[in-house]
Amino acid sequence: MTTRLATASRAAWLTCLAGIIRREGLRWLGQRGRFLSALVRPLLWLVVFAAGFHFVLGVSIIPPYRTYIPYEVYIAPGLIGMVQLFASMQSALSMVYDREMGSMRLLLVSPFPRWFLLTGKLFAGVAVSIVQVYIFLAIAWFWDIRPPAIGYLCVLPALILAGLMLGALGLLLSSLIRQLENFAGVMNFVIFPMFFTSSALYPLWRMQEASLTLWRAAEANPFTHAVELIRFALYVRIAPLSALVVCAYLAIFLAGAIFFYDPGRGLLARRLGPGME
Amino acid sequence: MPRDSASATAALEIEGLAFAFGKRQVLRDIALRVAPGELCVLLGPNGAGKTTLFALATRLYAARQGRIAVFGHDLATEPREALAQLGVVFQQPTLDLDLTLAQNLAYHAALHGVAPRDAAPDIEAALRRAGLADRKRERARALSGGQRRRLELARALLHRPALLLLDEPTVGLDIDSRATLLADVQALCRERGVGVLWATHLIDEAEAAARIIVLHEGRIRADSTPQQIAAPAGSLAAAFAQLTRRAAA
Repeated sequence: MTTRLATASRAAWLTCLAGIIRREGLRWLGQRGRFLSALVRPLLWLVVFAAGFHFVLGVSIIPPYRTYIPYEVYIAPGLIGMVQLFASMQSALSMVYDREMGSMRLLLVSPFPRWFLLTGKLFAGVAVSIVQVYIFLAIAWFWDIRPPAIGYLCVLPALILAGLMLGALGLLLSSLIRQLENFAGVMNFVIFPMFFTSSALYPLWRMQEASLTLWRAAEANPFTHAVELIRFALYVRIAPLSALVVCAYLAIFLAGAIFFYDPGRGLLARRLGPGME
Repeated sequence: MPRDSASATAALEIEGLAFAFGKRQVLRDIALRVAPGELCVLLGPNGAGKTTLFALATRLYAARQGRIAVFGHDLATEPREALAQLGVVFQQPTLDLDLTLAQNLAYHAALHGVAPRDAAPDIEAALRRAGLADRKRERARALSGGQRRRLELARALLHRPALLLLDEPTVGLDIDSRATLLADVQALCRERGVGVLWATHLIDEAEAAARIIVLHEGRIRADSTPQQIAAPAGSLAAAFAQLTRRAAA
């Protein structure tokens, strides 16, 4: 009897990666509720929240915009970020859920190295979140969120980078937090603080006027830079500082996740230990 | 312990294995060997350390003390070669219930680097063997508990592993499904020479094995044929009760 040595050829690595992404996509399609809520949430913000604040908040001309813009246009990139933030946290959640259900173990007994499997899982989550973003953008077009046509293409690398960074944060959290399956907890302690102390809802200069502490927090917030990266890319501009910051956070979060998932660290053992017997 | 196959490479060889969760010592001084084609049952009550042993043997986390080798490949230094030879059925169900049977198997094939096109004939064959060929486009959710387990077994064998680890695979199954699963695994040992380590706390499953390893409170209490283990106490059940009495620790 011969056993195939899976990791021998380069094609096998691609097959493995494609398989992980395919599964994530099929699962996403299979869960209609998750699909709908991922879409309804940002649309609610756009249609209800932004409409209400349309006349309250004035946004002066700030880059990358060349003219005065309605509030809806301002928060659209923030809502794209929100789609990706929720997607990454949901993916992290499914990771913990998966692990309890054992399918994370199925993934981890694959002969491919663990860093590769985790990164593959990360890419799979990002791919799904990007599809969600484009569906959101398509609907938002009817609410006069109409960036230049080329912007839809330019935003793609920004979405990949921002998605990877947020996904890596989710991955890191999934390895650290035991009770992550409680999504309300994640909302309160991760999603809301990140979303509200960012440039998603109002420009940073407005925040600086209100509170210096808040402004500093927003400046350090990885989500701010993800949103700015997306905002500039959507209007065919580059935000070099935000790109750098997002890359740096990505490196830190991913390294942390791989570190904590390493079988030799025993952290997984300590975390899973008592429940496993 | 039968030593006639000692010269051949063991399907699974564990030496001097110990493991602790923090201060709680879960496994001590574990040494065991599963020969190719051998059905070996790891028998122990709940909390004996079986699942921890399986977590270490599947490299979910690494052993800091001792050595685990699959067909001579050390799990610590050659994990890829070792894991490639390993098929696992976990205690918890690990099927994607929203995916079809064929999609579940294709995902597993991909995790072992086999492209969907190349895996297709094997997937067909695996579903036929499991008696599920006509349901391959149905979602796994539609299967009964016994059928899900058969699918998981078929999936674990898809990449043609030479060593199969089964962690309490019959949990939640009715008597017929249990008997079918056991017969399937016995046939695998006989016909395909697969070495099997089957963890259970059920004595009737152990009786069907070529060899039983009794694990209790993290130590191996006995390692022999069912007949030899049963002999001093009169029956396997009595022997097991004696070996796992708490006071004996």
